Amino acid sequence: MLSDLDISICLIAIAPFIAAIFAPVVQRFCAGMTGWVLSVVPLSIFVFLTSFIPEIAGGGFVYAGFDWVASYGLRFSFFIDGLSLTFGLLISGIGTFIVLYSGAYLEGHHHQGRFFAFILMFMGSMLGLVFADNMITLFAFWELTSITSFLLIGFDNVREASRRAAIQALVITGGGGLAMLAGLIMLQQLSGQWNISGLFQYAGVIAEQELYLPILLLILAGAFTKSAQFPFHFWLPNAMEAPTPVSAFLHSATMVKAGVYLLARFNPILGGTVEWGVILSIFGGVTLLWGATMALKQTDLKQMLAQTTVASLGLLVMLLGIGNEAAIIAVVLYLVAHACYKGAMFMVAGSVDHATGTREITALGGLGRIMPFTLAAAIIGVAGMAGAPLTVAFFAKEEMYAALLHDGLSGLLAQPQDLLAIAVILVGNALMMGVGLAILIKVFFGTLKPTPVQPHEGSLSLWAGALVLGVLAVFTGVAIGWTEQYLITPVASPIHNLLVNGQLYLDLTLFTKPQFYVSVLTWVLGVVVFWQIDEIRTRLRAFSRVLNWSFDALFDWLMFGLVRLSDALTRFWHHGRLELYLLVVFVGFAAAVIIPLVWENALPPMPELTALPFYEWSILLIAAIGLVAVLIARTRLVAIVSLGIQGFAVALIFLLFGAPDLSFTQFMVETLSVIILALVMTRLHLDQRDSRIFQDVFRDGGLAVICGVGVTVLMLAVLQNPLDMRLSDLFAATSVPLAHGHNIVNVILVDYRGLDTLGEISVVMTAGIAILALIRIRGGGPQTGAGAKKPDSRGNRTEKAA
Amino acid sequence: MATTEETQAIMESLPPAMLEKATAAADWVIILPVAIALVCGALLLMLRNSRGTQAVFAALSVIAILVCEVDLFIRVLETGPQAMTMGNWLPPFGISFTVDMIGVLFAIGASFVTLVVIIYFQAEIVAREVRNGFYSLIMLLLAGVTGAFMTGDLFNLYVWFEVMLIASFGLLIIGGRKMQLDAAIKYGFLNFLATTFFLIGLGYLYGMLGTLNMADISLTAPNAPVGPITAVAALFLLAFGMKAAAFPVNAWLPASYHTPDPAISALFGGLLTKVGAYALLRTLLLLLPGSREVLDPVITGIAVFTLILAPLGALAQTNLRRAVGFLVIGGIGAVFAGLAVPSLRGVAGGTFYAFHSMLTMTALYLVAGLVERMTQATDTRFMGGVYQFNSPVSIMFILLVFAAAGLPPFLGFWPKLLIVEAGLGMQDWLIVSAVLINSLLTSIAGTRLWAHIFWRSGREGDEAEVFNDRLRPLTVIENRASLTAAVSLVAVIMVLGLWPNLIFESVRIAASDLLQPERYVSATGLEVTP
Repeated sequence: MLSDLDISICLIAIAPFIAAIFAPVVQRFCAGMTGWVLSVVPLSIFVFLTSFIPEIAGGGFVYAGFDWVASYGLRFSFFIDGLSLTFGLLISGIGTFIVLYSGAYLEGHHHQGRFFAFILMFMGSMLGLVFADNMITLFAFWELTSITSFLLIGFDNVREASRRAAIQALVITGGGGLAMLAGLIMLQQLSGQWNISGLFQYAGVIAEQELYLPILLLILAGAFTKSAQFPFHFWLPNAMEAPTPVSAFLHSATMVKAGVYLLARFNPILGGTVEWGVILSIFGGVTLLWGATMALKQTDLKQMLAQTTVASLGLLVMLLGIGNEAAIIAVVLYLVAHACYKGAMFMVAGSVDHATGTREITALGGLGRIMPFTLAAAIIGVAGMAGAPLTVAFFAKEEMYAALLHDGLSGLLAQPQDLLAIAVILVGNALMMGVGLAILIKVFFGTLKPTPVQPHEGSLSLWAGALVLGVLAVFTGVAIGWTEQYLITPVASPIHNLLVNGQLYLDLTLFTKPQFYVSVLTWVLGVVVFWQIDEIRTRLRAFSRVLNWSFDALFDWLMFGLVRLSDALTRFWHHGRLELYLLVVFVGFAAAVIIPLVWENALPPMPELTALPFYEWSILLIAAIGLVAVLIARTRLVAIVSLGIQGFAVALIFLLFGAPDLSFTQFMVETLSVIILALVMTRLHLDQRDSRIFQDVFRDGGLAVICGVGVTVLMLAVLQNPLDMRLSDLFAATSVPLAHGHNIVNVILVDYRGLDTLGEISVVMTAGIAILALIRIRGGGPQTGAGAKKPDSRGNRTEKAA
Repeated sequence: MATTEETQAIMESLPPAMLEKATAAADWVIILPVAIALVCGALLLMLRNSRGTQAVFAALSVIAILVCEVDLFIRVLETGPQAMTMGNWLPPFGISFTVDMIGVLFAIGASFVTLVVIIYFQAEIVAREVRNGFYSLIMLLLAGVTGAFMTGDLFNLYVWFEVMLIASFGLLIIGGRKMQLDAAIKYGFLNFLATTFFLIGLGYLYGMLGTLNMADISLTAPNAPVGPITAVAALFLLAFGMKAAAFPVNAWLPASYHTPDPAISALFGGLLTKVGAYALLRTLLLLLPGSREVLDPVITGIAVFTLILAPLGALAQTNLRRAVGFLVIGGIGAVFAGLAVPSLRGVAGGTFYAFHSMLTMTALYLVAGLVERMTQATDTRFMGGVYQFNSPVSIMFILLVFAAAGLPPFLGFWPKLLIVEAGLGMQDWLIVSAVLINSLLTSIAGTRLWAHIFWRSGREGDEAEVFNDRLRPLTVIENRASLTAAVSLVAVIMVLGLWPNLIFESVRIAASDLLQPERYVSATGLEVTP
């Protein structure tokens, strides 16, 4: 049964959707205050979630849910542990500030109501994603985040770049999601479990299955596309077309982490294998270096941050690939650190943009004096990016180096892959630090440069979020013991599937550890990068000009190719020429009647012809002559009449074999067909002769013969067995005593199968209405006159035109 | 001719139920939907000059039909398939109406969609079309469709196909535009052929089995020679494949569906192809399951090509309703996919998809019609700016795009989930990939349409800031009738997407009755031979 707790936990994900529905209304009434009003929703979710901290920190779990699709065994089930709770707190906490920030950032925008609706829907989807226990629930929310992200990236809808970026993001993340769906279902079919929490008991078992690798690859496809791993990374920088609050929230702090979340979530189930380690480390490492290098190339603040986000996501994936205890601790710390400082940095970038009207780093300078609060937030943010001591990012960095230095320096030298990994991480971190320093120093210090808008400090809601997030990043670093108890152990343990105890202290023992000196090396390198950043940028730009190629261009080329291919295929199959459509259909017909007989080796033997009396022979002869005449007739009129002759002969055969009713009907039909066809010929001024070229005649005639032979052969095959006479016998027996009619055919028509007759009568009535409508077109239709006068040319031309 | 003794013997062997028991009064509800539709079709023809009463009369009759069908639905849900035999000539002799879950579910979908379309049509109403028997044709179309869904007799199914075909032909030409006549020629030729192929196959089948009752066919078909019966199944596959607009015999659909008024497009999109899909499921699963196995590679091929080529077609189109037509075809691919992996899940998925497609495709056409009204264009290159202009239409369109693509938690997701699950269970990677790729391609095609019609502010080639100046607001009547009708349909689609439990339960029953015909057969009164 549903308990109150179940309902309130499920409401975590559902409430934002409900709020989203009312957001445009709220916006209409509250105008400038909308952000403050709506931020109550994420805030109350945040507060509600904090109430779970003691229980979860104590190593407990909370399950909740209700039956969603009972007949399918699908539960809308939620599962709270350290990992999901941390994500939930980040989403709702950052979300609160983002909603506030958007209220000011988009003040007066004519679609602000829609914006709030979208962002609240996104928040609900993201919360649902991280708390979902049932894999289908998880997938539903997963795709909802893609959809809401699509709507938010395209928010600035009049710009083509936004529209393109939105579709690109949806294609890549949505496509990856679909692959992931297949992986999740396979996982379920292996284990019989829809619940992730139920899958933990199969840790280690699944990796031994034959289908392990396909499952892993499919799920990784979902995670890698969502978390912008190389080579699917390019959608993320393009997604910066979205308004800044969206970039800060979706494309830095939360949605792009969904892939990392998924990997962390499935680490106990799918992780620990060689494949896992190798794939994650390689893709993560490449993404890290790629993103960090690309960040150096940019001059747009948001682009710089976006590329470092790509790099950070690569780093997280790489650490999950390394997968030992220290690496997992590093993941947890870095996850929180990154969400805080990168969210803060994006808000800073947005505030700068809002205040000056530009985001070009070369056009900015000396803003520190004018925007002191923003500067403060930026300093703390960049400290996080650099992993400066006292911030939580510092410990993250220490732990990631420690993960590879577990055997000391000598052990590292013995393991070339570890050495490579540590070099990659070191370089990546240093590059990101260089970018951070560039943003801080070039934008806020130096001389003030003229900007499109006179710079001014933004309102409270524009800088408060960034500042709080920055302070949080420092606080968690200073109080590392507290962080350990409430964050690292509860979060890392479910990822690692063992109780994790990091034993991190902020004291003098730091200096005795080798990883500290690697950190120092990182800082030194980072400062060098900053010092040389203009030079590096010039070089990189020159190089990419020479290369003249990008993944983005490849995507465009593929999409363009897809549209061209579709165009060609559609033209090929839907050319508008009826005779060719008919050709395809008759080829299908011939195949349907002939191939099964040949395939099943059921071709009938040649039938024995019983001795026919002379009049039967002569009728057959007439029919045959009629048919041949149709084929060789010079004019169409002769062909029509010949077809009539053949039809009359068939009617006579019916007559001779005891079916007078059928025969009379056939006579009527044949007579009418000849008359109507002849009328059509003359009234529509159709050509006297068939104007097909020889190849067409040969093709059509050949196909006609094949179809005719096929029908006959199948008929002979059917006649191999005697007809079951149950129905006829009953009709004969009951016609008089029960149905009170002597003419069996009539009784069949009006009694045994009266409903068919009723149906046929309605066909006649309907045909009458249709004909009436057709006739009236000439009188009152929109296209009178010209169309009706030259029907012959019309028939042909319009066919081709369509 | 039977001798007197034989006659005597047959008379004595007749089941007493045939002679002594009348059809129970409650069972008449089985034939009532078709009867109401036919009678109203005739009455509306008589009323064709009184424009005011027609719409109300038609709407009320459809509501009456819906009530009967809901009653039937409940009975089927509670006690299994229901049967009624005309004239009490008990099977296999007379014509039985045998209503099982798939039939009644589709019939409800069809009537509901028709009701929505009638309301929607109030804004597009053209006096000439009404005088020419528009409502009559609608009711006759509904009669044909409902009859097809409910009949338990194969020849009777053919009759309903004919009713449906001629009524739809009438609706296609009733507007009298030149484009419609051309479309009607292609539609007419290809569909008459399909119906004829069905009739040919039917003749052969009767020649082999000597029966037309579906339940009886499912009992006797295993005794028939494999070769010819497979040929018959192949003919059915071709005929119903054409009706359902499966690859490669679907040319008539994109050539015709976009030519009549949007309301009629919507009705076609919702009803016609689904009858083909229904007939396929019925004949290849209930009647000739052995032949389906033989034809499995063909069905898989059709499914894969239809699933992939259809959204590509939508991608290539610039005419909005033509693009929607290709999306209709894509859905048929999903039904074929369900047929290619005929486990309980697969068949349930195919059934579910067809039901979903009835609602969603109708809604897409209705929304497309509203877009055409506002933009005064039919080509997406000349549309644009609707996003700023009309929120309800924008919201509906994007919801329907995702519903059609089958992204969760929209209605189209659930059937695809079932089919993918069935495919993975049978390790049919081809079907699974095709279904998933179809989702991806459909979302690409759909979101491109969305970007062009809604997000782009002006017409193609305009400067970014130039707003489409040809937009006109919906009139009062368009808001009251068309928009309301579309919104209610989309609301139903959304609610069913979020709470799909009832549909899941229904399609599970439908699939299980298709795969294990015992309940279906015994409902008609025939003995199930072990």
